Amino acid sequence: MSGPGAGEGARPGREAQVGQGVPGDETTGKEAHRKGGGRRNRRGRRGERAMVPDAEFTSYYGKPILNPPTWKALDIAGYFFLGGLAGAGSVLAAGAQLTGRPATARALKTSSLVAIGGSTAALVHDLGRPARFHHMLRVMKPTSPMSVGSWLLAAYGPAAGAAAVLDVTRLFPRLGTAATAGAAVLGPAVAAYTAVLAADTAVPAWHEAHRELPFVFAGSATAAASGMALLTSPVAETGPLRSAAVFGAALEAGAARLMRRRLGMIGENYEEGRAGRLMRAAEVLGAAGAAGAALLAGRSRAAAALSGAALLTASACTRFGVFYAGVRSAEDPKYTVVPQRERIDARARAASASSEPQG
Amino acid sequence: MGFFTDTSVCIGCKACEVACKEWNAVPEDGLEFTGMSYDNTQGLGADTWRHVAFIEQDKPMGNAATGTSADGTGMRWLMASDVCKHCTHAACLDVCPTGSLFRTEFGTVVVQEDICNGCGYCIPACPYGVIDQRKGDGRAWKCTLCYDRLGAGQQPACAKACPTDSIQYGPLEELRERAAARLDQLHDLGVDDARLYGEDPEDGVGGDGAFFLLLDEPEVYGLPPDPVVTTRDLPSMWRHAGAAALTLLGGAAAVFAVHGRARGRR
Repeated sequence: MSGPGAGEGARPGREAQVGQGVPGDETTGKEAHRKGGGRRNRRGRRGERAMVPDAEFTSYYGKPILNPPTWKALDIAGYFFLGGLAGAGSVLAAGAQLTGRPATARALKTSSLVAIGGSTAALVHDLGRPARFHHMLRVMKPTSPMSVGSWLLAAYGPAAGAAAVLDVTRLFPRLGTAATAGAAVLGPAVAAYTAVLAADTAVPAWHEAHRELPFVFAGSATAAASGMALLTSPVAETGPLRSAAVFGAALEAGAARLMRRRLGMIGENYEEGRAGRLMRAAEVLGAAGAAGAALLAGRSRAAAALSGAALLTASACTRFGVFYAGVRSAEDPKYTVVPQRERIDARARAASASSEPQG
Repeated sequence: MGFFTDTSVCIGCKACEVACKEWNAVPEDGLEFTGMSYDNTQGLGADTWRHVAFIEQDKPMGNAATGTSADGTGMRWLMASDVCKHCTHAACLDVCPTGSLFRTEFGTVVVQEDICNGCGYCIPACPYGVIDQRKGDGRAWKCTLCYDRLGAGQQPACAKACPTDSIQYGPLEELRERAAARLDQLHDLGVDDARLYGEDPEDGVGGDGAFFLLLDEPEVYGLPPDPVVTTRDLPSMWRHAGAAALTLLGGAAAVFAVHGRARGRR
């Protein structure tokens, strides 16, 4: 064989004469548009009349264009939830310690250690080759949120662990304070980076939500950690955590609403199917948990525990809802084709508008 | 170096699929009849690195009379051999946390199978839906553009096996020239729908190392119409995540500041 490349494949005189046909025979055919999925008809929902026509799009036998994530829901959505619980828990633990609420601080430090351990286990479990987890620390890549997250975990995990262990054993109080502070500084990053992990993919419902998703996750994490504190701490100490619960639940619900509205048609994935049910459950439970925390949790231990459990469940529902919405949006080619088509059309319109004045 | 796939001369023989499987020892991935067309491979995946799409259309090709029905409609076949695009800005490579995916000296994108730890991040990151996880193995696999053959001065197995030169391998500059000439030729023949896909170095992925001449919209072939490398928005993502993290920290600080020190004991 000759060397690579140059000239190979070029066969002069062998080009097929596609479409030459019979000269002068100008038959025209009608467009054969195949509509994929068959899941387009949303009319009649809530008796509303659609103001825009259903999206017309073509696809290859309705097959997905993207390969949906191979991640297991329990592992990865669980990882998001536990990471948030741990990260926000460390922040609240530091606040509790600083303001003289030792029992709450201890409870949150312990829950953060357990949660970060659990989330790391979930992450390793989800790897196709768990024995090679250490390859995560082979390189440091800012373009890979998973690489950033692995290093973040490598720094945060030991800090959160030391904070919990030194608090419970009452050894080396100064070192314990340093670890508590370190975990509190890294905690918000641990809680928020998972949103970037999801958004830095081609999955439409995740990628297009990259502005709001970190706020959804930060709010959800705060709500979960406050819920954990309400569940595990004496009522006398939970004053600020009841406020934090309201703050977290409001941030989570507000950002999620904003996200759905701004996503437009892709937002359907957060409203329909399993993801829709989970997101609605998260909203209801979050509101109930926050109301319970604000109004009842200061008076009754049982009410505090119930509100805490509702907030934790709401946070978990949000993470699973976001996960399933992403998978759903990747499986239907509509959510890949239609927004990209609209992008092309908008570009073409802009180009023709700018070229018109010159003639 | 890269591929130019001229789908206008593809005859759907699947020699590329078979040659790829044979040369790269890619395992069998299910023998099922889908019933949707002659395409039983369905799409690219861990064990399908070349995939021939079969599209039946009620549409004439250029000036050709395609049918005999009274209303002048007819039927045409579009066949296209799809493959990893070897993007200039490759999302799979960008997001890989282990450095398993790398850019070769030929400008192609390859997975190092001994480094891949199966995290699966590259899979949803690919805007084309190419790379996938192999069941039972756990690692991510895709077209290597026959990295081993290129190193030995050979062309990739699929291009070698293609009987109609639908798949052409060579330096991208030369392939782009050849593609442009072929496009002009088809337009002259009245095939107005002919277009190049992925050849533009200014597009959302910085141009593909494997580009195509298509006879219809990309989505007809199961290709995204306007793919963008997922990491293009990453700076904005990190900024928003930073703002969210500060919101969390600020909110917590505010809450504790408002409530002040615990009263009562100690």
